[in-house]
Amino acid sequence: MVKLNRKALKHKLEAYKRSPQSLVLYLLVVVATVLTIGILLYLIGYILITGIPHITPDLFAWQYTTANVSLMPALINTVLMTFIALLIAAPVGIFSAIYLVEYAKRGNKFVGVIRLTTETLSGIPSIVYGLFGLLFFVTTLGWGMSLLAGAFTLAIMILPLIMRTAEEALKAVPDAYREGSFGLGAGKLRTVFKIVLPSAVPGIVAGIILGIGRIVGETAALIYTAGTVAEIPRGKDFLFDSTRTLSVHMYALTSEGLYINQAAATAVVLLMIVILINWFSGFMAKKLTKA
Amino acid sequence: MGENKAALTDKEQRLMKKYQERIMKGVFFAAASVSVLAVILICLFLLINGLPVMGKIGVFDFLLGRTWRPNNVPPAYGIFPMILGSIYVTVGAVAIGVPLGLLTAVFMARYCSGTWYRFLKPAINLLAGIPSVVYGFFGLVVIVPLIRDVFGGTGSSMLAAAILLGIMILPTITSVSEAVLRAVPQNYYEGGLALGASHERTIFYILLPAAKSGIMAAVVLGIGRAIGETMAVIMVAGNQARMPAGLRKGVRTLTANIVIEMGYAAELHRGALIATAVVLFFFILLINSLLSWLKRRAV
Repeated sequence: MVKLNRKALKHKLEAYKRSPQSLVLYLLVVVATVLTIGILLYLIGYILITGIPHITPDLFAWQYTTANVSLMPALINTVLMTFIALLIAAPVGIFSAIYLVEYAKRGNKFVGVIRLTTETLSGIPSIVYGLFGLLFFVTTLGWGMSLLAGAFTLAIMILPLIMRTAEEALKAVPDAYREGSFGLGAGKLRTVFKIVLPSAVPGIVAGIILGIGRIVGETAALIYTAGTVAEIPRGKDFLFDSTRTLSVHMYALTSEGLYINQAAATAVVLLMIVILINWFSGFMAKKLTKA
Repeated sequence: MGENKAALTDKEQRLMKKYQERIMKGVFFAAASVSVLAVILICLFLLINGLPVMGKIGVFDFLLGRTWRPNNVPPAYGIFPMILGSIYVTVGAVAIGVPLGLLTAVFMARYCSGTWYRFLKPAINLLAGIPSVVYGFFGLVVIVPLIRDVFGGTGSSMLAAAILLGIMILPTITSVSEAVLRAVPQNYYEGGLALGASHERTIFYILLPAAKSGIMAAVVLGIGRAIGETMAVIMVAGNQARMPAGLRKGVRTLTANIVIEMGYAAELHRGALIATAVVLFFFILLINSLLSWLKRRAV
């Protein structure tokens, strides 16, 4: 942004004297920004200060018991859940984006329908996803409250996010790349997989990371699809075991009211994960603009 | 595809390639259809499970009934208190989040230097990424006690929910409005200055009106967030299933109603909860179509 009217403080004050309304507006803007940032800093500071003293080695024990509400099983479940949900959502999302950008013709009616549905999907509240997961995956398909039902529900939830970011990343690849590839005799498929996709990787990864952020933070969609059992799923049917992720774990601890300190410690862990994810996503996005 | 390349004639190879292209095009198309299929399934399952129940209870008794007593004999399934609860809490959140968010966006787009911006932008992104349980926890241990001390009562109240949701929609409002403000052509700003208006007057009387549609879209997006938020609201709102009785009293939203009772509900009660989700879904569809209308106007 070019500062065209850099004035000395004295001039500024004089101008404000002439137009007090401007001064009021200026103060409002500054106060609002200070409040916004203040709230953020207070929130993070408060959670760190209340939570960090309660982070103990016990909290990372392998077994969850009522005496020691370990967050380790929930942490491992979160990783598992994220992994499975991404395994479903990432290919579907990226392939949809490929269809939209590389294959669909201009003015294709189906594209309009897809746009409409992804917009609808991204507006649906997570509890509605949870309820749908309960009705469809848990009850109708008979999977029970399970890792798999939760992962599928989450996959549908993050699908629009991955689709949109992948689409933008693919669109950002210059047409000259495609033309060059065609000119060298490569087919469409080969062009997509060898030329277009590799150049779009940072953008796609940034989208996937955002998706991970949503999965890690999700609670409402999981309570009635993955359940709240605090154990690491085992055995050959582990996909059909009920699990709780870190966010659900924290909600359970808070709502029981007995483990507020442990909940605070869990909040710190969650916050750390989110900060890490944010930083990494920003890093990827920066890489994209440089490329 | 490589091993028996030598054994194939040129023609066969070309044919295989053609099939491969066709198959993969089909695969991409199928992937793109998944989202459409998902929306259809979601609508279908909610409507099939929800609408008949709504009919059985009576549409007016369900939507406008003022008592929700699923355990009474005979039970009463009126979700009007929850509809009002959702609307009140959302209005409160908008009243808090929109002015703060919009003014912060003005600061980010038109006041701050690059150094500040490099700090502010990630901060807003971080605010958007914090999970709702963490917000809920913060509300429970900070906002609720604060309200209890200042206004009395239990503290779990409509006010607490509104404040918390206001904070939660802040990043949405800020980042969307900032993008919209930046999209206003620079010569609008220069024109304002050239006419002798101050920096502030130019922003508030020229740039903001020019960005009106986009800012409205940001507000509507925020409304969608607020109405759909579940966990954070449950933790601070008190959740009494009765008509909202004031800012300091507890309130239950549509989303809270579903989460709290779905665990043990059966038969008609369960159906009534799914019908609650249908009502919520309808609200969201309304908000979505408003949003796409505004977006089309903004372009």
